[in-house]
Amino acid sequence: MAGVSLRNVTLGYDTVAAIRDLDADVSDGSLTAIVGPNGAGKSTLLRGISGELLPLSGHITRHAPNPRDIAYLPQQSSVDRSFPITVKDFVSMGLWHQVGPLGGIGSRYAHDINRAIEAVGLRGLEGRSIGALSGGQMQRVMFARLLLQDAKLVLLDEPFTAIDATTTADLLNIVRGWHWEGRTVLAVLHDHDLVRSHFPKTLMVARDLVAHGDTAKVLTSANLLKARRMCEACDRPPEICEHKFAGAA
Amino acid sequence: MIYDLIFAPFIEFGFMRRALIGSLAISLGAAPVGVFLLLRQMSLMGDAMAHAILPGAAIGYVISGLSVMAMTLGGIAAGLAVALLSGVVSRSTALREDASLAAFYLVSLAGGVVIVSSAGSMIDLFHVLFGSVLALNNAALVLLCTVTSLTLITLAIVYRPLTLECVDPQFLRSVSGLSALTHYAFLALVVLNLVSGFQALGTLMAVGIMIVPAAAARLWAQSVSSMIIFASAFAAISCISGLVISFHFAFETGPLIILIAGTFYLASVLFGPFGGIISNAKIGIQS
Repeated sequence: MAGVSLRNVTLGYDTVAAIRDLDADVSDGSLTAIVGPNGAGKSTLLRGISGELLPLSGHITRHAPNPRDIAYLPQQSSVDRSFPITVKDFVSMGLWHQVGPLGGIGSRYAHDINRAIEAVGLRGLEGRSIGALSGGQMQRVMFARLLLQDAKLVLLDEPFTAIDATTTADLLNIVRGWHWEGRTVLAVLHDHDLVRSHFPKTLMVARDLVAHGDTAKVLTSANLLKARRMCEACDRPPEICEHKFAGAA
Repeated sequence: MIYDLIFAPFIEFGFMRRALIGSLAISLGAAPVGVFLLLRQMSLMGDAMAHAILPGAAIGYVISGLSVMAMTLGGIAAGLAVALLSGVVSRSTALREDASLAAFYLVSLAGGVVIVSSAGSMIDLFHVLFGSVLALNNAALVLLCTVTSLTLITLAIVYRPLTLECVDPQFLRSVSGLSALTHYAFLALVVLNLVSGFQALGTLMAVGIMIVPAAAARLWAQSVSSMIIFASAFAAISCISGLVISFHFAFETGPLIILIAGTFYLASVLFGPFGGIISNAKIGIQS
């Protein structure tokens, strides 16, 4: 089980709520797109589900309570691209839960690492520095690391933004593979055509829940209009939440 | 000829042999720490910490004179206090870590100079600021070698989380709770190496042997492990040649060592195969 239940969840930074009183159940093994206007709180919602951000109020229940069951690809990655590290070593970090701080990686995982690098189409670039990669290649590297993490719940924040069509198609194949393997995948996306053709479920948010369910029923012009209207309210300063933010920044 | 120039000073003079062992210990311990400081983009933080340890060392000096033990313990206490306080302030206020660290180390430095200059002479201040690699006693040598051993063992243990903390801190936090522990263990290593280094090179120069060889090594290496090897080698060669040249020409040893390391740095900026000016120009011509 790796679904997610959100009960009355308010998420935000300091005392400002970006997501308000959200209720939703993401079923185990589903492939769900999170859509909504800019500033709707999509990324905040994903950070909340990942456990990185604690809810100001409400409860988030992951049916995979172990942190190793969650893999999260943030939109603004904190990767220092100037760091001298090879593609292979970088991808190997996905093995953290297997090897920990001290365990050897050696030949035991060589096959897994090579398979992950091959799956994202970077065979032959194992020894290259991450600083020498293009943006698309770097995103492939991030996906290879996600593959090695072997998590039941995969969270992707705008994984295909500013990436060429070929790379997007290749990475989408990997996402579909995860779905096929029964993993729960949640992805924040902007491209509605891409959502319609590849994501069976959609969760539309605009600070609040707009609609959640089958993509064809959620991604309608009526809902999109409703979301835009709700987000015109978003353009006003967000309301101040009474609960003081309790989590670590 | 070569024997007289390079080997004779070390064979004939005990203080030169002590200086050699002490400075080689620093090269092996401080240079790898400098590599991680550089890769964490905290090079200037080493400088700040070097100033921060001054009042502790000064208080140790006031209490028991030029005692290695007292000055070391005082320096460690002051360094760790500033590191922890600035960490706490940046986590609980709107100030970023660099701002709170800068405030603490400047106050700390001012306190240190006041204490040293009111309790001792200008010669003492000179000793603390620039060290005395040619006058290392047994206690100082033991300290240098102990700190280097401790540094290498600790680095071996935290190598993976520390590397992750540099290259992708968000990922480390998402997969493990070791981020804070790694950070503080590393800060402790910085403080320890600065405190032991200042016995030989002084507070100002100890940070030089940490950062300058590491900066040069970055332009010769494409992995952390080879960076560490290059940095230690540059540091060791700078120390040995600094000792030899200062022996023959009576220059101040500590600053001379850093000047030679600076020569390596300048040469690396020009000729370094990974990001040096000439290699970058070649790539520019090819493309």
